[in-house]
Amino acid sequence: MTNSMQEADKSNVIFIIGTNTTWNHPVFGGMIKKAVKEKGVKLIVADPRSIGLAKLADIHIKQNPGSDTALLMGLQHIIIKNGWENKEFIKERTEGWDEYVKSLEFYTPEKVEELTGISKEQIFETAKLYATSGRGAIFYAMGITQHTHGVDNVMSCSNLQMILGNFGLEGTGVNPLRGQNNVQGACDMGGLPNVFTAYQPVINEDARKKFAEAWGKKLEDMDDKVGQTITGMVDNAGDSIKAVYIVGENPMMSDPDLHHAKEQFEKLDFIVVQDIFLTETAQVADVVLPAAAFAEKYGTFTNTERRVQFSNMALNPPKGVKHDHEIIAELAKRMGCNDFPDTVEALYAEIRKLSPSYAGISYERIKKGPGLRWPCPTEEHPGTPVLHSGKFSRGLGLLKAITYRPPAEYANAEYSMVLTTGRMLQHYHTGSMTRRSKVLDGIVSSGMIEINIEDAQKLNIVNGEKVKVSSRRGAIEITALVTNKIKKGIVFIPFHFAETAANVLTNNALDPVAKIPEYKVCACKVEKIS
Amino acid sequence: MCGIRSSCVLFHVKFRIIIYQIFNNFMENKVNIIIDGKQYEAAKGKTVLDVARENGVYIPTLCYHARTGKAGKCRACLVEIEGVRGLKESCAMEVREGMVIKSNSEKITEVRKMIVELHLSNGEHNCIACEKNGHCELQDMAYHLGIERPHYAVESHTMELDCSSEGIIRDPNKCIQCGRCIKGCNHNVMHEVLDFGWRSGHMKVICDDDVPMGESTCVQCGECVQLCPVGALTFKNAKGKGPYWELKKDKVICTYCGVGCSVDVYTKDNKYIYSLGTEENWENQTNKGMLCVKGRFGFDFLNREDRLKTPLIRKNGKLEEATWDEAFDLVVTKLGDIKAKHGKGSIGFFTSARISNEENYAVMRFARGVIGTNNIDHCARL
Ligand code: SF4
Ligand code: FES
Repeated sequence: MTNSMQEADKSNVIFIIGTNTTWNHPVFGGMIKKAVKEKGVKLIVADPRSIGLAKLADIHIKQNPGSDTALLMGLQHIIIKNGWENKEFIKERTEGWDEYVKSLEFYTPEKVEELTGISKEQIFETAKLYATSGRGAIFYAMGITQHTHGVDNVMSCSNLQMILGNFGLEGTGVNPLRGQNNVQGACDMGGLPNVFTAYQPVINEDARKKFAEAWGKKLEDMDDKVGQTITGMVDNAGDSIKAVYIVGENPMMSDPDLHHAKEQFEKLDFIVVQDIFLTETAQVADVVLPAAAFAEKYGTFTNTERRVQFSNMALNPPKGVKHDHEIIAELAKRMGCNDFPDTVEALYAEIRKLSPSYAGISYERIKKGPGLRWPCPTEEHPGTPVLHSGKFSRGLGLLKAITYRPPAEYANAEYSMVLTTGRMLQHYHTGSMTRRSKVLDGIVSSGMIEINIEDAQKLNIVNGEKVKVSSRRGAIEITALVTNKIKKGIVFIPFHFAETAANVLTNNALDPVAKIPEYKVCACKVEKIS
Repeated sequence: MCGIRSSCVLFHVKFRIIIYQIFNNFMENKVNIIIDGKQYEAAKGKTVLDVARENGVYIPTLCYHARTGKAGKCRACLVEIEGVRGLKESCAMEVREGMVIKSNSEKITEVRKMIVELHLSNGEHNCIACEKNGHCELQDMAYHLGIERPHYAVESHTMELDCSSEGIIRDPNKCIQCGRCIKGCNHNVMHEVLDFGWRSGHMKVICDDDVPMGESTCVQCGECVQLCPVGALTFKNAKGKGPYWELKKDKVICTYCGVGCSVDVYTKDNKYIYSLGTEENWENQTNKGMLCVKGRFGFDFLNREDRLKTPLIRKNGKLEEATWDEAFDLVVTKLGDIKAKHGKGSIGFFTSARISNEENYAVMRFARGVIGTNNIDHCARL
């Protein structure tokens, strides 16, 4: 996030797209509600489902799944046509205007109406409300990124914010809500194929030198090419990839195409899984290493607003279980690396030394308090709740020309409905933790498919009935939840439940840049089981 | 002549200092007040209660909570203020320059006693097996006032417990109608489920149109339980697991979504018992003391018997228990062999969005520094 969650009530208008906030980031969902209900902040919700926040929205638009780029660029088309843009900001802080404006020509209200399924009038109202209300903040989540054109969606969001000057001030910004408690931290720590900590590129020789020196290695021993992504590693299993070492992930449940994942994993020579439960993925491993859970360890986690927080050790790990870092350090030692840091403190000291944005965040500063937001280069620095004030990190902000690309898979005569997937309030990701919780499992213990009343009537399906859902990749049986909260022609399945795994159906087509699979749109067919 | 002059000068200097102090206080929005004969400097806009609490002066409260603000309902916090008639609610009274306050007097004690006795005789405040025993605000008050049993006998009808919700038990007989849960539900977490229903003697806290909690629109975030001063709202999963004073409290960061709520987890004998949103310094915490149903009730997987407790190695197609030594050896040999045969790029690492920064760094350093590959990623995208 460029900005912070506490700023919700500093906005004049909030734009929610591709996030079911009250379910997936519930505490922040409450903060938005409060800003809207008690502080008079305006709210725009763009979502094909009537999500919790839609109820209090000034405008709720239900775009067709996969048409977000068209919607966002369409709004910009109208904003510029009407002269609502922030000319000064565009002139002083951005570049790429000419090409950008040219690319907007495609997104006429008529075209956008056709692509999104939202009326021209509603699109105009939305553009007007968002552009003319003052400070605006955009919040989005996987609904924007999990598409074959996810990067275009994100760029469209930042274009919109740039032409309105919505950067560098409280209550503005482009704000992705991270789905897992330390996604931000895993990225910051270089848990990505292309960067070391703090986004220092592996293809940069200076960066490689710096890390080689810190680790006592020769420069030529450092890998100088960008590595493979998770989806790449799964696809290349058996070919270029022979072994995988998996820490606390469950790709056999979270992969976009589970049949494909299973096949691929079988081709590997060696799989190590380090986790707290015998997950679907651990079951196919060659070696399973039992690790300590959160609350059984101490250390830092970085939330969606870049806030580095200290988490204490409340419990001892069960007997026989080791901390993740202990396991890694022991392996390193056995593989001949004698100076591998083997305490949390030593690891953190290295992180601070090698990552400028974390350098000022000492344990002492965050142990008692509520954490610090990076960049925080020195111990005197107060942290940075708002990014890009006065200047973008790359200098000028780039307005991107964007060509519309439809989702990879269309509905057709056979697979006539659009499936979109996501989470529920009570469950989390692949369910390995929440489904083992008494209360959470007590509230919701199985998956269901949300289907519109009219669609259900046509198919002669009643609420609570088991139905068959299939896509080009597979089929599942699942209970129907008949509701008017979802748009006609669209169905929704949460992906937490192994016995009704939505990812048997989803498409593993990837965004060409971010390599994120298209979980949010695939064509499917719903049938009555008679 | 000289003497007069110098005393004049002295007077001037003193006068200036005082003026300067008042001016300074004014500019910095500070006032001076006296509580029980002691002078305190206080920030403008604070209440008498705030200042008393900051300075360790005990004033009981029931309807006030830092996160729901002043309510002025229960009158437990009454104080005497010089020059003001009657007793005043310290939780609602803002400090003014020169205020002289008594936090304790016979008159105050009388009123407090009456309040506590009325509550005690009106419901079923049996502390012995109550989950709130030891950190109940009504019990605290009774203790400070030395009340062992109530004097009044009020006819009160016993109401049924509401155990319909998965996570929360509601005991209306213990409710003192302070309204904290209602405020929290409607103005903190914004779920808008709780309200007062019915009238006078029958008034009670209701869910929606007075349906059992488990059938209502309640999402079980547990904010109401966290705010309840007494044992009217408690966590089902904590029942009988140990009295308050036997629990250990540690601040952790929630393991679920990216909001990163700060959670105080309560444990006993190395078992997780329940979660509260961190109250300390709540205004600056990410979550301002609130939690969602996952942070509140979703941590009990920690206690599960089916946790992995020993390394497993696949032998003849089946995963079998092994020692750490065997497991380490196998991993080292296998990774070494594969690296030697197919190159370092043939090994891939999936690190995790759920482990700490330090652990992520360790995996990253291992992949890049020990194996020598950039094949490392995590499920940010999935
Ligand atoms: S308590 Fe809920 S909102 Fe807070 S971090 Fe955990 S899952 Fe997210
Ligand atoms: S605490 Fe002040 S009136 Fe209740």
